Amino acid sequence: MSSHNLEHHKSIYLKVLLVLFVFTLVTVGASYFDFSSVAIAIFVGLTIAFIKGILVAGNFMHLFNEVKPIYWILMLTVVFFLVLFFMPMLWEMNLVTTQ
Amino acid sequence: MIEIPYNVKPREETGLYNGKLGIWLFLASEIMLFGGLFSAFVLLRVGSPIWPPSGETHLNIPLATLNTFNLIFSSWTMVKSWVALKENDLKGFKTYMGITLLCSILFLVIKYFEYSAKFHHGIFPSTDNFFGIYFTLTGLHGLHVIGGLIVNYYHWGPGSKMWESDPERFTNRIEIAGLYWHFVDLVWIFLFPTLYLL
Repeated sequence: MSSHNLEHHKSIYLKVLLVLFVFTLVTVGASYFDFSSVAIAIFVGLTIAFIKGILVAGNFMHLFNEVKPIYWILMLTVVFFLVLFFMPMLWEMNLVTTQ
Repeated sequence: MIEIPYNVKPREETGLYNGKLGIWLFLASEIMLFGGLFSAFVLLRVGSPIWPPSGETHLNIPLATLNTFNLIFSSWTMVKSWVALKENDLKGFKTYMGITLLCSILFLVIKYFEYSAKFHHGIFPSTDNFFGIYFTLTGLHGLHVIGGLIVNYYHWGPGSKMWESDPERFTNRIEIAGLYWHFVDLVWIFLFPTLYLL
């Protein structure tokens, strides 16, 4: 990482930390809110978690400024993860059969 | 002695040194490990008419919230320890890494109290599906915290001697340890709402 990049990163680490703290409070607050359905509550909770995840991965893990091979590794992982994640659910919903 | 190539300087074709490529491949396998368990959680959650099956989660939300703040803060101190090395400040590194270690210990102590309270009330992984997946996910995550604690302690203590002989390689080691630690934080960011709040 060049010295210019380092200066840029240094200036945003503390801001990211504070935003993550705020989002944690929002997550806890949202859990006490009476959503009309469980599905909406799960959607809201996981959406906030995704935003926090992107902030950590993008800034602390420097994924916003990484080289291409790492993006390829992660894209391949996401594909396998989605298969792993949705395959059992499709099975459960009888959309995949052994016949 | 034959020197291993691209141990410190990145390989031109990939822009990565060996350790960094290695840790990202390892983290990819970790995503699959935790992903499989998250998938199991979703299946159990969707397949159960009542959740949690025993009616109550008995989880301590204030303690888990404190642990979430604690782990996020430790991610920040971890990245600050790496920045300190980039600026040739070994003392700053020791300070920030020391705080990271204290945060890791605090996380495990809080987890110990949470687990103890459950066992005291007769709640075990065999109680129901919720507690089965709760103990599996948080237990596996806890083992990752212990792993990170051991590696970070080594770098903070005896491993820091490398700074005198090969500072660039030592800085790379901290970057790699940091990537692992941020991943541990990342997993908790998803575990916290999934298990405690939803």
